[in-house]
Amino acid sequence: MSSAVRTRAATRPIRRHLDRGDRWIRLAFVAPQVIGVLALGVVPFVAVIWYSLNEWTPLTGSFDFVGIDNYTRLFGDQRFFNSLRSSFLFGVGIVVLNLVLALCLALLLNNRLRGISTFRAFFFSPVVVSIIAWSIVWNFLLAPEGGVNGTLAMFGIDGTGWLTDPATALGSVVVIQVFKGVGMNMVLFLAALQGVPGEIKEAARLDGAGPVRLFFAVTLPMISPTVLLAGILTTIGSLEVFAPIQLLTKGGPADTTLVLPYFLYQTAFQQQEFGYASAIGVVLFIIILGLTMAQWMSRKKWVNDEN
Amino acid sequence: MPQRPRRVSLLTILAITATSLVGCSTPGAAEDGDVDLTMAIWSANEDHLALFDAIADDYLADHDEVDSITFETITNQDYIAGLTTRMAGGNVPDLAWIPEANAPEFIESGVLADLTDTFTDTEGYDVEDLLPSATALWEKGGDLYAYPFSNSPFALYVNRDILEAAGQPDVGALVGTDDYTWDTIADIAAAVTASTGDTGLVIPSFSPTTWDNLTPLWASWGASPWTEDAASCTFTDPEMTDFLSWFQAQTARGAVSAVTTAAQNPVFATGDVAFSVAQLSASGALDDTFGWDFLPLPAGPKGEQGVIGQAGIGVVAKSAHVDAATDFLAYFTNAANSEKLATYFPPSRESLLNVSTLSAAAPKLSEEQIQSAIIDVVPDAIVKSSSPVYSKVTSLVSSALDPVWSGGDVGDATAAVCAVAQPVLGR
Repeated sequence: MSSAVRTRAATRPIRRHLDRGDRWIRLAFVAPQVIGVLALGVVPFVAVIWYSLNEWTPLTGSFDFVGIDNYTRLFGDQRFFNSLRSSFLFGVGIVVLNLVLALCLALLLNNRLRGISTFRAFFFSPVVVSIIAWSIVWNFLLAPEGGVNGTLAMFGIDGTGWLTDPATALGSVVVIQVFKGVGMNMVLFLAALQGVPGEIKEAARLDGAGPVRLFFAVTLPMISPTVLLAGILTTIGSLEVFAPIQLLTKGGPADTTLVLPYFLYQTAFQQQEFGYASAIGVVLFIIILGLTMAQWMSRKKWVNDEN
Repeated sequence: MPQRPRRVSLLTILAITATSLVGCSTPGAAEDGDVDLTMAIWSANEDHLALFDAIADDYLADHDEVDSITFETITNQDYIAGLTTRMAGGNVPDLAWIPEANAPEFIESGVLADLTDTFTDTEGYDVEDLLPSATALWEKGGDLYAYPFSNSPFALYVNRDILEAAGQPDVGALVGTDDYTWDTIADIAAAVTASTGDTGLVIPSFSPTTWDNLTPLWASWGASPWTEDAASCTFTDPEMTDFLSWFQAQTARGAVSAVTTAAQNPVFATGDVAFSVAQLSASGALDDTFGWDFLPLPAGPKGEQGVIGQAGIGVVAKSAHVDAATDFLAYFTNAANSEKLATYFPPSRESLLNVSTLSAAAPKLSEEQIQSAIIDVVPDAIVKSSSPVYSKVTSLVSSALDPVWSGGDVGDATAAVCAVAQPVLGR
């Protein structure tokens, strides 16, 4: 207590000096960050909301206020619902596969086995590979006459055009994305697993808990904050996916991979309807915000130390 | 006293910020009297750019009012998207290349300035020399809104060595006979694929998102995506459904290479492709490593139909220097410079449509090939279908047409195409 008093007393002259002094110097220090956030975040966001209330065609230069017409049109547009469905399936596929696979890999890598570091590097390496290179390689592998079908042919199986067949295109992109990103969540989970105190696990074992019980009753709750973080980041990332769609399928075939960000891109930059595209952007923002808030607010029910 | 430096610092920060913002808000602002012209193009080819720069340098030498002319390559994968986005941001080029499919869209929406008076009044320009079939797409109400600087017919490249190895006949000998048809070519392509494993027929620029690059084929079926006035969808017409069914069947039996969205189509220049439908410029990538031929497009059910790929150069009406840009365009495309440009871009001037000029553009082609596949074809050739709402309708068509490429029902797919395209075309 006396220490705290001494500290407060010692800082008083400095604070008084700053209070008395020019506040501008402090504002100057935070100004670059504030200006950056305002200029690159808040202003564009407000502008997008404003654009979504207008019909803006860059080719003609027309910019006319239409109120909520773009939103009315959006909720009557079948392609919007197709893209919503694609985004939902893509998001669920990515989040479930990525988190489960990452956790399994992390549990495996948490053991002290010979050559485990090589195994770890193998799964993490796609994370640092350019998405362009990654997509190009997979594009060749999944082409009708590509490596995957060539391998299947060796076993007498006729492969399909994985990225051109409406039945397989979305699943193929999900798998490509999961392999690309699983290493990041794997590392996060591995760090969390290594932070679980050994004495707690030992106590559980002494109480008779088997490996499965130990995982679900001790390990998983202990790493649940990391699961929450990985879940939020993966959900946001899956709903914002653009590059692999552009590089692999361009939203096709038959709109099966037309996720919301790509629908937005097509509407704005190919169909040149910036106002309508802005409405899609606002709806996409609300969806991501809603899902993120739902995950965050549900944390008290399942995340350790949140009660 | 200690406050003064802080106040000075703040003022300095504000001054720097204000200066930066002012600087950002007026990029490249020129002083009165200075003119800096920019032309948006999609080619990044160094030889093209060197030729453009040489012509621009000659122009600058005689025009003190223009300080510089810059050719800016828009490297965006989708050139039109890049160009319109740039224009939406207020960064308007003075001149721009326009692909043929977007010509009505740019003209109808008033993006391009009228060139007629300047071209007519420019001494020695000789507007009458421009081929009417080439300028038709770029006119509105009798006025010209862009110069069709590239007027390149599609032709059939044939790998003679592959055909010989597969025991197939010399296709060149069939030209001019009733047997020179797409069916014959497809039969030979399928036989080649079956016997040598090489690729049969390739349309290099075609993918599901560039569906209208099948025009060189479906034109001889009499098919088109919409009516001439671009007001009604014609995908469900028998000509189009017959063609798509034929194409689907040829893909299924391996005569035509499999349709992919992002993977690059097989390349004729590698020597592993029997037939390729491409333009004159593709001959530049070929050498003598294998024997090849350059033939006019074969006939379909409705006979032979030449198809031209066009691109125009227009002056952007919102440019701050419309007059200077138009004057430069008149110089850039006069007869003398058109002859220079013909090295890479087949001209739309009648006086230049001859063997000697085109031989310079494609020195690897024989006079006979140039005559039969280019000069004889150009006057009656058609261009790819265009529309004032092309940007809005193309991705809708692409999406609805996708099932055709994966073996789906042609009737259902074409009905779906018209269901989504017609409301847009009919606006």
